[in-house]
Amino acid sequence: MITLKAGRDRSRGDARAHLAAVHAGKGRTPLVRISIFSLRHYWQASLAIGATIVASVLQLMIPRLLGHAVDQAQNVLSAAAQGAEQALFWTAMTLLAVSVARGFFTLVQNYYSESVGHHVGYELRLAFYDKVQKLSYSYHDRVHSGDLITLGLLDLDGVRMFFSTGLVRVVLLAVLIGVGAFMLFTTDALLAMLALSFVPFVAWRSSAAQLTLRATWLVLQERLSVLTRVMEENLGGIRVVRAFSGQKFELGKFDAASKAALELAHRRVFIRVSNTSMMTFSFFAAMGLVLWVGGNKVIAGEMSVGTLASFLTFMTILQMPVRQLGLMVNSFARAATCGERFYAFIDEKIEIEDKPGSVPLAITQGTLRFEDVHFTYPGASHPTLTGVSFEARAGETIGIVGAPGSGKSTIAHLIPRFYDVTAGRITIDGQDVRDVTVESLRRRVGVVQQDSFLFTTTIENNIAYGDPWAKETKIEKAAESAQLHNYIVGLPAEYDTVVGERGVSLSGGQRQRLAIARSLVTRPSVLVFDDSTAAIDAGTEHRIRSAIRRFAKDRITIIIAHRLSSLMHADRILFLDDGQIAEQGSHEALLALGGRYKALYDLQTRPDEDIEIERAAQ
Amino acid sequence: MSVIEDDDREAAIPGQRPPRASVGSHRIEEEVFGKAYDPQTVRRIWAFVHPYRKKIYLSVAAVLVFTATQLAIPLTIGWAIDGGMVAGGDTANLLWAVVAFGVAVLLNFGASYVQETQVGTVAENVLFDMRRAMFAQLQRVSLSFMDKTEVGRLMSRLQGDVNSMQEFLETSVISVGDIVLLFGIVIVLLTLDPWLGLLTLVTMPVLFIVRIFWLPPAKRAFWAAHETNSLTNGAMAEGINGVRTVQNLERQKVNFDLYDDKAYHNLQTQLTGSKFAQVMVPIVDSLTGIAMATVVLVGGSLVLNGSLQVGVIVTFLFYIQRFFDPIRSLTMQYSIMQRAMTSGRRITEVLDLPVTITDKQDALVLTSDMDGSVAFHDVVFGYDPNRPVLKNVSFRVNPGETVALVGPTGSGKTSAMALVHRFYEVQGGAVLVGGHDVRNITQESLGEQVAMVLQEPFLFTGSVLDNIRYNKASATRDDVITAAKAVGAHEFIMRLPQGYDSQLEQRGSNLSLGQRQLLSFARALVADAKILVLDEATANIDSYTERQIQKALETLLEGRTGLVIAHRLATIRGADRIIVLQNGEKIEEGNHDELMALGGLYSRLYNMNYASFDDIPEDLVAQANAKAAST
Ligand SMILES: Nc1ncnc2c1ncn2[C@@H]1O[C@H](COP(=O)(O)OP(=O)(O)OP(=O)(O)O)[C@@H](O)[C@H]1O
Ligand SMILES: Nc1ncnc2c1ncn2[C@@H]1O[C@H](COP(=O)(O)OP(=O)(O)OP(=O)(O)O)[C@@H](O)[C@H]1O
Ligand SMILES: [Mg+2]
Ligand SMILES: [Mg+2]
Repeated sequence: MITLKAGRDRSRGDARAHLAAVHAGKGRTPLVRISIFSLRHYWQASLAIGATIVASVLQLMIPRLLGHAVDQAQNVLSAAAQGAEQALFWTAMTLLAVSVARGFFTLVQNYYSESVGHHVGYELRLAFYDKVQKLSYSYHDRVHSGDLITLGLLDLDGVRMFFSTGLVRVVLLAVLIGVGAFMLFTTDALLAMLALSFVPFVAWRSSAAQLTLRATWLVLQERLSVLTRVMEENLGGIRVVRAFSGQKFELGKFDAASKAALELAHRRVFIRVSNTSMMTFSFFAAMGLVLWVGGNKVIAGEMSVGTLASFLTFMTILQMPVRQLGLMVNSFARAATCGERFYAFIDEKIEIEDKPGSVPLAITQGTLRFEDVHFTYPGASHPTLTGVSFEARAGETIGIVGAPGSGKSTIAHLIPRFYDVTAGRITIDGQDVRDVTVESLRRRVGVVQQDSFLFTTTIENNIAYGDPWAKETKIEKAAESAQLHNYIVGLPAEYDTVVGERGVSLSGGQRQRLAIARSLVTRPSVLVFDDSTAAIDAGTEHRIRSAIRRFAKDRITIIIAHRLSSLMHADRILFLDDGQIAEQGSHEALLALGGRYKALYDLQTRPDEDIEIERAAQ
Repeated sequence: MSVIEDDDREAAIPGQRPPRASVGSHRIEEEVFGKAYDPQTVRRIWAFVHPYRKKIYLSVAAVLVFTATQLAIPLTIGWAIDGGMVAGGDTANLLWAVVAFGVAVLLNFGASYVQETQVGTVAENVLFDMRRAMFAQLQRVSLSFMDKTEVGRLMSRLQGDVNSMQEFLETSVISVGDIVLLFGIVIVLLTLDPWLGLLTLVTMPVLFIVRIFWLPPAKRAFWAAHETNSLTNGAMAEGINGVRTVQNLERQKVNFDLYDDKAYHNLQTQLTGSKFAQVMVPIVDSLTGIAMATVVLVGGSLVLNGSLQVGVIVTFLFYIQRFFDPIRSLTMQYSIMQRAMTSGRRITEVLDLPVTITDKQDALVLTSDMDGSVAFHDVVFGYDPNRPVLKNVSFRVNPGETVALVGPTGSGKTSAMALVHRFYEVQGGAVLVGGHDVRNITQESLGEQVAMVLQEPFLFTGSVLDNIRYNKASATRDDVITAAKAVGAHEFIMRLPQGYDSQLEQRGSNLSLGQRQLLSFARALVADAKILVLDEATANIDSYTERQIQKALETLLEGRTGLVIAHRLATIRGADRIIVLQNGEKIEEGNHDELMALGGLYSRLYNMNYASFDDIPEDLVAQANAKAAST
């Protein structure tokens, strides 16, 4: 069994140092940016490129040497046998030496160009991961996670590979064709022209192909991500699929997406193949011409067989790169499309960021204040919050009730600045949340989210997620407060039990309690429970509440709930209606008011049917 | 009761990683690259290629032609040279040679076109077929498997593994050509000049010996690179999926460092892998050099003897240059093959996943005229058979009745409902729907007759309309609107930018959770089933909206059976009967008044629901705590 443990190598610097470089060349085309980014590894890149040049020059020497050898072999027959044999020996030795040297330089070329690719890949990964973590909720709301994963896998790879499969190949081809052309032209201009006659054709074909391939690539990528989405959502929503016997329906969706992608994949094969075959054909045609014209020249006594042989060998050397030209074209097309998408992501504006000169949040009294807060989600046609104002002091509990979509979670999300208010402001001890550092703010504001995400790791790691240095006792205490400890210790692996993806192996209430424990560990100054006891019975909830009550002494607790027993003891209750606070006050005051809160209360306590009538009458 | 006393997060120790943190999983799934050839797997893969075998045969034929032309081209050149290519020689021979060359080139062109397009399209087809077969299989395997398996891991099989199979198929036909080319060259060399041929081929065994030493460490290096790569990608996917929580709990820095560790580790293994891959290059090149030098030296002296023609030397030199190409690509092919075998095994693993829940041969088709009763007879069930979640649970829901299931969290309510749908198989007893054991009913018809609102609402990317309609193709737009109105969702849907055609983002993230729940409720109504299971269907919805829904449902669900789970007891006041579960056992059953009179768990929970906490007598709390502590 081989273990793969990621150890930290102290000798390397802070990885964050790499992050800035990815923005170099902003505004330029993707290929330029990729090149700038890759060439930052200048000594590796120069080694790779230098070795490429040397290796290709050495490779060009081989046909020369072979040509010599052939001529010398012929000389052996005719004239001064002694000297010719000697010459033949030296040619052979040079040939050997050149081959070994070429091998060595090819090694350097390949290794360092791959190495540049791997380093670039490493840095791009970090930049990508960092960006994912920095982009705010509104970005993640509109971009599907599957698309982001594709971006981080496929597009990133296309960018990473550009140096080794694109740039280095350009150098290789340029040297081979450039130096080769020079050597050939100095030998025999006519034959050289014939030998290289395929180059313009290939150049034209490949740039044409680059364009079509790129277009195809974009659409194919698009269709593949639709297919990925279908598969991913099917597996993620497997219970819904099963509950509705939707398997056939899902297969239908899959087939439609799959067929669309397959068609394009086929088209891509044809474009690519017809392109490479044409290129090879043009190359061979040129070779045939050289053979014919050169052969005639030899017969006419204008050229030696050796020279012709070296022309032909030179062409065989070109055969490989010409085939690779197809790959190179592919690599350019791919890097251009992938780079475009990747850099668009990297350049994405981060909406929620520290203002220049922002300071950490300083909590003195611990007063939270909403001042005429307005909020509209990007792209939404309807405002979500309109003029919400309230205040909460340390030690207070605020309850929020309201219909689905009335804006309760939005209020919760505005406090730690998951979104920024559209108008008005939110302050903590007089400091606008937009004026303090995001990190300090979020460390003091804890939100138990309505649909909390659990990680596929142990229960312990999940609870310690916000405070990974937490001691065991702290974790256990949090679990005890959330009324989960007893359940956990009943499990075979106790705190080391791995919860399934998103917590599938837990009941709804257990998931919610785990999320509560996770937030308790961080001990925030403002703790928001966003409907986080909906799946917990009243008895358990009561125990959670009494455990938290002492904890909440000098903090602000905001409880969003539909079951009024969850928040009736709050110091103040806000009744939210379509983004506005319709009623505000203590439980008793609101009951005395006899308004909508009262109606809600009646609905939950009085089994009478006449409540509707009362309400309708209002 | 305990309280957390510590004041803030623990301080981090600089330069160290936190003890209880990780990103992504550390589980290593793949074995070290196994055999490059595994007959079992190959047979399974062949089954996918079989439908396209004609194309494969065609392309193998094309490859043979292609290889033959590759062999012929140097020969024609050699022939042209020896056929009187001296000053004052005959151009007729040259003409013939060039014509032969031209024919070879044309054949080469045609063959390579045919071969590559055929193989390319077949490989794509096979890839899509394999993916479909896996996907179809995943639709059948039981939920107990799916619960344990991360979506990401399945996705990597549906994507990564099929891609390496595709790569394998594309290259394998070419490697047939390579092998033929290799043999062809050997034969041609030996016939041209046995002596020189043998001398040239001496280098071959050297290469094989080198390979024997190179292979094991190289394999390990490639494997490590591959493995660390997928671990890094797993961590990335987790970072994307859990990004909201990461930001919520300010874990970015810790995660970045942990991710950096993984990515950096991968970088290092990749570099090692590259070293191993590239070290073969100078070796092969040196051997080429030796072979060429040999030909020049020995060939030269043979020419001197007069036993060899110059053209033969040229031909030899041509072939030697081409000789190592197939060897090189076969080396590459070898690792592709190994990877393909591993992928093939992983793919067949998915295809062979046991389908534990299947329809019986003579399974009944449940139709909408069944009576709609549900009965549990001594049901025993546990996700882990040793730890039962439901213990001898029996109850009956008569046709048209609404029965509520209540109980502390984790008592087994959701699990019981999953059994009605036969998501899992009972370990003891039986679950009856419409009077039939669910094991005797086709799953599809069961699904059509039992509609569920799951505790966790899940919506698909797509329009509101498509989400509510889901797979009920017969549902009209009006049906959808009626359902949406019944659950009180119509109003907010109409406020969305495109009404019913508005696009929902992933999992409906652009809606509030309550709104998502309403849509999933509407979806269950559109399904128009005889039995409706509501698992906390209104937990995230206010009582007023809930009351409206109940009103609307009264007429809509006339004559249908309802199973309702709720923690907010007001939700179930109207139920005909209430079943109280605790710790997987049914402890009480009756209507509201009966249970209140009984003074058991239900009445305690009910009272807690409505009393302000300060009013609850401490002994009542203590009692409830004692009872519920074990859940
Ligand atoms: N997929 C699963 N795999 C393993 N164990 C599970 C799985 N689902 C639930 N469990 C366990 O089975 C028990 C019963 O869970 P279930 O979801 O049925 O509870 P519940 O009564 O619905 O609770 P809640 O009110 O919290 O939703 C719990 O202890 C839970 O941890
Ligand atoms: N990410 C988003 N993008 C666009 N609109 C959104 C987004 N999230 C919520 N909304 C809309 O904003 C409104 C308020 O949503 P919010 O989540 O605050 O409601 P809520 O009061 O928490 O409801 P619930 O009780 O259902 O949780 C809803 O109409 C909802 O559709
Ligand atoms: Mg909400
Ligand atoms: Mg449940």
